[in-house]
Amino acid sequence: MRPFLALLRRDLKLAMRDGGALGTAMGFYLLVVAILPLGLGPDLNLLSRIAPGILWVALLLSALLSLPRMFEIDDEDGSLEVLATGDAPLELVAAAKSLAHWLSTAVPLSLMAPFLGLLLNLDLAAYPALLATLIGGTPAISFIGAICAALTLRSRRGGLLISLLVLPFSIPTLIFGVLATTAVQTGTAEFGPPFMLLLAISLVSVVIAPLAVAAALRFQMQ
Amino acid sequence: MQSLTQRLANPTRFMQISGTLMPVLWVLAAALLAWGLYLAATAPPDYQHGHTVKIMFVHVPSAWLAMMAYGFVALSSFGLLVFRHPLADVSAKAAAPLGAAFTLLALLTGSLWGKPGWGTYWVWDARLTSVLVLFFLYLGLIALRSSIEDEALAGRLTAVLAVLGVVMLPIIKYSVTWWSTLHQPSTGFGSTVDPSLRWPLLIMAAAFTTLFLAMHLKAMRTEILRRRAKSMMLAEVERSRPRAKPLAAE
Repeated sequence: MRPFLALLRRDLKLAMRDGGALGTAMGFYLLVVAILPLGLGPDLNLLSRIAPGILWVALLLSALLSLPRMFEIDDEDGSLEVLATGDAPLELVAAAKSLAHWLSTAVPLSLMAPFLGLLLNLDLAAYPALLATLIGGTPAISFIGAICAALTLRSRRGGLLISLLVLPFSIPTLIFGVLATTAVQTGTAEFGPPFMLLLAISLVSVVIAPLAVAAALRFQMQ
Repeated sequence: MQSLTQRLANPTRFMQISGTLMPVLWVLAAALLAWGLYLAATAPPDYQHGHTVKIMFVHVPSAWLAMMAYGFVALSSFGLLVFRHPLADVSAKAAAPLGAAFTLLALLTGSLWGKPGWGTYWVWDARLTSVLVLFFLYLGLIALRSSIEDEALAGRLTAVLAVLGVVMLPIIKYSVTWWSTLHQPSTGFGSTVDPSLRWPLLIMAAAFTTLFLAMHLKAMRTEILRRRAKSMMLAEVERSRPRAKPLAAE
């Protein structure tokens, strides 16, 4: 557990002190949400109806921005090699780095979503549901994203390729996240079942991702 | 006692066996396809769909192969990761573009059938969406493989992705059962389809499967030959290069 916590603390500290990555992601999130009403027209009823979808999709795109750097930085300065040859199993390293990405990127973006909801005239009653689905669903994005970041580490066009790989896998997360939020907003459907499925997807990704990331990194470290 | 997959692991033996198998498969595929197309063309119109039911004879086999090809990719990838089977990577690489083509064919024919059937080319129904995701997955596999220079590494990384993508298969298969949306559930070639339409469909399914196997085998042979040509070329370059001076330290 100690190497896990040490690595988690190190990655979080790096993310905090760098700051640029998170700032860019948050700025991007704000811009995407702000630019959509310009394209769709300022119809407040329409905006509040599609607000959960917009907030989810824009968050997904913003979280994608920071994925390519997840293992790249450590690969460039050689610390990934140190981690791979160290005592801690590579699976644990992968879990710590994915968790660090979730805490340093996905959680701040999720906390920002309610404020952006104001711009889209999102019904106030839907705020707890929105926050709950985002916090509950984004682990899937960070952990699945870690798999794709590890797979494309040696690829010649990493950044673009990551989006191509992550987006199909995040469709179930997106569907259930939006379903649960919309259910509360419109009051026509139940919040429970889609939310449970969303949590299930997150849990399964948290279990599978470290194994896949470790396998992918091992192939590339050889 | 060697298992069949172990005996096939020798590429030379594989080339021999597949070489004799190829003409048989091509002839069989052509004959089945001709027979199936004839039956499909002469099949009576459906009482609900009219003549558009003929799209089914292409749509259903393509959709079926779209998933079977993924099964090929996933099984081969598993064989590569777990057993390090030398031909597994060749098989996975050959099956991915074929699967992508059949998936696209299923999507296009389904869309053409949707217009007269449902009144729209596309709906965001569970089955359609999940097949579209399968198509993206195929594209991802092809793109990941082509973006990594080291071929052995590319094969193994693509295999990891392919094995993870297996979660999509049950979702596609049961999407029409779990979420009852527009696309009807499979009748499973069952008795609810009239024999006059069921037989052409079965023949077409067999024809498409044989065609897939023939193309898969052909693509595998091409890939093996390409790898041989590449290693021969590298050996040639190595030989023609002027001998480097021995290092002073040695």
